[in-house]
Amino acid sequence: MIDILVHIVIALGLPPLLLGVIGKTKAAFAGRVGAPFLQPYYDLARLFRKGVVISETTSWIFRAGPAVTLAATLCAGLLIPLGRHTAPISFDGDLVLFAYLFALGRFFTTIAALDTGSSFEGMGAAREVSFACLAEPTLFFALITLTRLSGTLSLTPMLNHLDLSVWLGTGAALILMLAGLFVVLLAENSRIPFDDPNTHLELTMIHEVMVLDHSGPYFGCILYGAALKLFLLGALFVNVALPFTTGSSLADWLVFLAGMLALSVAVGVVESVMARLRLIRVPQLLVAALILTAFSLVLVVR
Amino acid sequence: MFDSLLQDPSLVVLGAVLLAALSGVPGLLLRPGESGQKLASLLAVAASALALPALISLLVAGKTSRYVFNWGLPFGPTELSFDPLSLLFLIPIFLVFPLGSLYALGYWPNASRPSTGPSLTFFYGLLSASMALVVLAHSGPLLLMAWEVMALSGFFLLLPEHESAEVRGAATVYLVASHVGVAGLFVLFSELRMVTGSFLFPETGSLALAGGAATVVFLAALVGFGSKAGLMPLHIWLPAAHANAPSHVSALLSGVMLKMGIYGLLRVLSFFGERPLWWGGTILVLGLVSALLGIAIAAVQKDFKRLLAYSSIENLGLIAAGIGMALIGQETGNPRLAYLGLAGALFHLLNHSLFKPLLFFCAGSVLHATGTRDLDLMGGLGKRLPRTALLSLVGAVAICGLPPFNGFASEFLLYLGFLGEARAPLPYLGLGVPVLALVGGVAAISFVKLYGITFLGAPRSEAAAHGHEAPAAMLFPMAVLGVLCLLGGLCPVLFLTLVQPVLATVVPQAAGFAGLPYSLLWFAAAGGVLLVLALGLSWLLRRRQQVLPAETGPTWGCGYLAPTPRMEYTGSSFGLLFGSFSSGVVRTRTSTRAPRGLVPGAARAGYLPEETLLERLILPALGLVGIAFRYLRRVQHGEVHLYIIYIFITLLALMLWVR
Repeated sequence: MIDILVHIVIALGLPPLLLGVIGKTKAAFAGRVGAPFLQPYYDLARLFRKGVVISETTSWIFRAGPAVTLAATLCAGLLIPLGRHTAPISFDGDLVLFAYLFALGRFFTTIAALDTGSSFEGMGAAREVSFACLAEPTLFFALITLTRLSGTLSLTPMLNHLDLSVWLGTGAALILMLAGLFVVLLAENSRIPFDDPNTHLELTMIHEVMVLDHSGPYFGCILYGAALKLFLLGALFVNVALPFTTGSSLADWLVFLAGMLALSVAVGVVESVMARLRLIRVPQLLVAALILTAFSLVLVVR
Repeated sequence: MFDSLLQDPSLVVLGAVLLAALSGVPGLLLRPGESGQKLASLLAVAASALALPALISLLVAGKTSRYVFNWGLPFGPTELSFDPLSLLFLIPIFLVFPLGSLYALGYWPNASRPSTGPSLTFFYGLLSASMALVVLAHSGPLLLMAWEVMALSGFFLLLPEHESAEVRGAATVYLVASHVGVAGLFVLFSELRMVTGSFLFPETGSLALAGGAATVVFLAALVGFGSKAGLMPLHIWLPAAHANAPSHVSALLSGVMLKMGIYGLLRVLSFFGERPLWWGGTILVLGLVSALLGIAIAAVQKDFKRLLAYSSIENLGLIAAGIGMALIGQETGNPRLAYLGLAGALFHLLNHSLFKPLLFFCAGSVLHATGTRDLDLMGGLGKRLPRTALLSLVGAVAICGLPPFNGFASEFLLYLGFLGEARAPLPYLGLGVPVLALVGGVAAISFVKLYGITFLGAPRSEAAAHGHEAPAAMLFPMAVLGVLCLLGGLCPVLFLTLVQPVLATVVPQAAGFAGLPYSLLWFAAAGGVLLVLALGLSWLLRRRQQVLPAETGPTWGCGYLAPTPRMEYTGSSFGLLFGSFSSGVVRTRTSTRAPRGLVPGAARAGYLPEETLLERLILPALGLVGIAFRYLRRVQHGEVHLYIIYIFITLLALMLWVR
């Protein structure tokens, strides 16, 4: 019971901090002091107090988009275990629901973008759905590898099954899978090298350009939803990457939190040392990630 | 006497079939006007009000009844059979037929289309009744007759707008493809007659054939029924036919008639006690390939209804993949796979007969409002057709397989089936999972495009700017289907109860499956939480918006001050990026005339997806056949007395041969 409460509190409260850590890491690389760690929370609080400008072209879809996307992401948050704990909801095949909730969120984000009638947002929407359809099979390849390793169809036992002995047995496969998952994490959350969250050139953006017209609380919802998505996919990554069980519930939570912070630092490092890829290279990288995870399946089967 | 007749539900169903067949007849005899059509819709609704309760009660009770007739034809006695497999396939017929008839009152009213309305109504009823007879027939000749009536009524239903060359072309291709398929069925039933000695269908699971004969039966069934189901590469007739038919006809063709192919395949498979493993493998691979290619081609379409037609190929592919999975499960002694495959396939089949008619009805509303099917000329219709837009959103989310609608529930079963096989020693079937994921991703591209470009944004043409909402007669059938889509997603158990009795007919192994390892209430809980959260958040945001200073303005044009709707992203441009990934399998033609010189004239850019298989392979091949047949045409000159000589010579030759 306590663990479920902790799960919900962490899943609701922690995501913006990851963005803060990423920002701080990038600042450190650039030799700046950077915004405080808690800056994303201040931003969210400010956005929920700001006024709204709504385009005349839009309909109710534009306003429903952020709400449905956030709702779907919140539901997904109940399905994934954090650290070595049990997710609040767990059943056979929950991993399909987990992936499809993100797809539902994407559906509504993109139609909300199309509702503005701007060709920039249309461009962003087309890119988002087209790249996502390449990223999704990678995620599922990773999940079938995990199914095969653990023999279960549910995220909680699947991820808790991975311990040091599994790592020692099939380390090579897991490393390939982690590489694929990391690429998916970056692509799904529109980080460099797929998309630049800080760019000011609308023509080259994916996620940010889709939400150009949202403002105030609506934009706050989107920002928070994006942070939550990074957190949830990050949790999947960290669960695979950190195969330690300490035995004590509290220590497990701490290990998980440390893992998540380390992951954000890693994302920040990638963003600092890499440039954004040209758009035509993006599908190539996504297909490469797909093949990496496919290899991990082959290695597990052999 | 009459009382006891009425108490037999299967006779009630037969009566409903007769009522459906005759529903359009009064309209042909009455003087042109609304009355005949209204009467036909009334009869259609009455037929399904009689049939549906009877069907469901028979299905749930698991009863089977059969009627053998001696009909005095040279094929021996014939039989009508009400077994679970037949009953399940009758449900979509009696669901879509009355809704389509009601829809036609608003969409194709006799008053404004006196020349085509009555015949369309007549053939609509005839098509539905003949499909019901196809499903009930339990002997080869009867099935073929009903099949032929079905194919020909479909042909006449395609033709009301025959002034357009595109419609005529589509109808011709449909007719030819349909008869090539029937040739497969002739082979199938002749072969069955030869091995069993009767045209009556063999008992379920009773047929044990040697390798060669079994292979002939299977391949003939695959060609004959697979071409009706639109499995690739036998799909060439489907997109043009479904795009060019009137929308309520497309709904019936796509939502129900395609399933006749699946029915036939399942019926033939059910004759066999044991099936070679490669049958299941073939159907599975064909299904997955159809699903993937079908949706990939759908994603680059710019015609509203053609996109929907290609998505039918995808959905029928998923259904076939489920059937293939079930067959593999049956032959390898894997009850789990047998259950999940067939239950998923049949559940998806019911779902597709809900959301596809819904979307075709929406297409009809849009066509009714704007007069065009070209996505690039639409936009902003959500403001002028708010109810159609909402129902289209339901259809689009459901067909993408997203929670909380019914498409998710059925695809979930298929996912579980494939995913479980990742644990097998050789996890080939596990590879179905990424394929399904890819299909789902591309479906999202197609339907985000379909919905977003049509209903959202600013109107791209005058027609779209002045569209009007559909009348209630059209909205009501759509609303019924939309509610059923949500119901199937929240309570899949309702649909699975209907599917359950059928499973043992085709894959007896499925009975060994202990049931899903958890309550299906999860779907209701997850969908409910999702809906409540989304509504709650929307309400919260709305409250904030009322408290905070809110203003409206033009869409942010990134600094450009005079944007026009012509600068919007179009359906073509939306699909272009995905088209560039899939250019290996999906060909599109783009043509541009760039502005040139110091005083540039008009510039233009055109985009057209290509029907590669039809245009590059089949039509040229048929052209060659046409040249060869030119010589044969000399024999056909219209002089009747010479024809009589042909008949005489043929008879003589046959008699000599028999001697």
